[in-house]
Amino acid sequence: MRTVYLDNNATTMVDPIVVETMLPYFKEKYGNPSSIYEMAHITHDAISEAREKVANFFGANSSKEIIFTSCGSESANMAIRGTLDLCGTKKHIITTKVEHPCVLNTYKELEKKGYKTDYIGVDDNGELNLDELKNLVSKDTALVSIMAANNETGAIYPYEKTAEIVKEINPDTKVFVDAVQAAGKIKLDVKNTKVDLMGISGHKFHAPKGIGALYIKSGTMISPIITGGHQERALRAGTENVPYIVGMGCAAELAQNNLDYEGNEVKRLRNMLEEGILSNIKNARLNSRTKLRVPNTTNIGFEYIEGELILLHLDELGICASSGSACTSGSLEPSHVLRAMKTPFTSLHGSIRFSLSRFTKEEDIKYVTDTMPALIKKLAKISPFQKELSNIL
Amino acid sequence: MWEYSETVKEHYKNPKNVGSIENADAIGEAGALACGDALKLYLKIENDIVVDAKFQTFGCGSAVASSSMLTEMIIGKPLEEVKKITNKDIIERLGGLPPEKTHCSVMGREALEDALKNYYGYEVGESKTDKVICNCYSVTESVIKEAIEHGAKTLKDVMEATYAGSACGRCKDSIQKIIDSMVDNNETKEELTPIQFAIKINSALEEKIAPELAKDSGGIELVDIKGKNIYVKLKGTCKGCPNSKATLTSFVEKKLKELIDNDINVFEAQE
Repeated sequence: MRTVYLDNNATTMVDPIVVETMLPYFKEKYGNPSSIYEMAHITHDAISEAREKVANFFGANSSKEIIFTSCGSESANMAIRGTLDLCGTKKHIITTKVEHPCVLNTYKELEKKGYKTDYIGVDDNGELNLDELKNLVSKDTALVSIMAANNETGAIYPYEKTAEIVKEINPDTKVFVDAVQAAGKIKLDVKNTKVDLMGISGHKFHAPKGIGALYIKSGTMISPIITGGHQERALRAGTENVPYIVGMGCAAELAQNNLDYEGNEVKRLRNMLEEGILSNIKNARLNSRTKLRVPNTTNIGFEYIEGELILLHLDELGICASSGSACTSGSLEPSHVLRAMKTPFTSLHGSIRFSLSRFTKEEDIKYVTDTMPALIKKLAKISPFQKELSNIL
Repeated sequence: MWEYSETVKEHYKNPKNVGSIENADAIGEAGALACGDALKLYLKIENDIVVDAKFQTFGCGSAVASSSMLTEMIIGKPLEEVKKITNKDIIERLGGLPPEKTHCSVMGREALEDALKNYYGYEVGESKTDKVICNCYSVTESVIKEAIEHGAKTLKDVMEATYAGSACGRCKDSIQKIIDSMVDNNETKEELTPIQFAIKINSALEEKIAPELAKDSGGIELVDIKGKNIYVKLKGTCKGCPNSKATLTSFVEKKLKELIDNDINVFEAQE
């Protein structure tokens, strides 16, 4: 049976070129970069080279602004907790209602420690309410966290503008951007923004799982959350994960070279999928109509059919997709992102996210648009809402 | 992802008896669109025997499988037997369900009950005097009360003792209310010595009340206790706050009454 992988916002295939680049660092090039001999110089230099590539990927001024971490969640924790550790008496922090759990749950933890939190809402297209933000930032605001693109809907948030608004009201407030879902899909140009910190995760752009990075603008101070040796400018102790760092550098370079392809070809295929589904399946509705979307993502609600049932049947056809965020699949609550967007109940529970990559083929999309109408028709027959469905179908 | 049994998979892939019955003798409904689960069950009954059953379900794989299995279980069965079917029977026939998905089988039982009520014109099955609190594990109020009488003091204790609340968690609030009503009653029965009373007041102020006030950068300090009258000093932003009187009566006093003794009065200590 064929497999059509359309869950690239969950994780991506490691690019075979990345794997090849990593292999020597498992075999002969295994020296500890902190050591003094030639073998260590090789790995030390490999890290420097990867750091340059990742700095370019972020659009940073210097590779000194890049810290390697283990994942996007670590980058977010390091940015948020590390910043607040140095913010003294300022106890107000802001984020959005549609963040990834790595930010939302970190904020929830901080609430327990006495921080006052505010969560900015979104409209039904998933666009941020920036006026709300303007009213919330004060002299007591230590940090504002905002994602660059949403994992579930693909909506791009105006993080550059957000940073400007925040800094205009309080230049001391730090701004952290979770760019995990933007990296490799749209160009990052952090040096031309007022953003202080930005996190990414390798496995979302064809590097392996277990490697991430944090951009820390030159002059921005944070305290480490992992202490120990002097690695990563003593901001993140622990012997460097050399093969994965090399892999991430390689993946970042490839992703950057493919940004045009993402913006054109991946987008074309995404639109083809979207149009194929929306025009042939009457009870399908697009959950995010915003013009600003990453090119690879679409989120479609199928009215009066439950999402897990659709996913299980798609799996039978070899199609991998997701219902909201993979992190929420263990809970029974419908997606916090779609709820924040006030998605109607008729399609909220039946929302499916399809996310493509540069490895997605046109025939994959054709297979999905060919098979889905019959599948949805079959599943609609099970629904108790026949009267409502007959009005749409 | 969930681990589903082969039987569950078979039933969501190829559900049996999907559809509706025209001129059904009984129709039962459970769940709602907003909750993400809804089931409609149609029965054809002749000579007190279910001769046909069909279903329509809005729900996940296990909800469809539970409904499908339920129809298989009741077709051809006399009503006397059908009445006795529980959600546990459905789970058993499915070869198990993940605990978080138990409510899917409960929905099946609820739709069946609703259909039978619709058929007879009155409630059938188990007596409703003992209220089911946890639908997932069919744990009744009396079972939870018994666990509390045997020493369970917290939500966690009750969950461990009875499993109630440990699947979907929707009933946790109800369980907590039962605990609050009983644990409080038990403790106020004992007469506290003045010292014990003072210690309880002080720790309640420090552990339960101060953290809440701290969220608004306020604070509280115990100054004196005379009988059931508690004298406190408000600190931080609470001090001199125009709402301080409201804070004292509607929050501090209410909380202390709830936690320790209903006769408590709280006053702001004079400087």
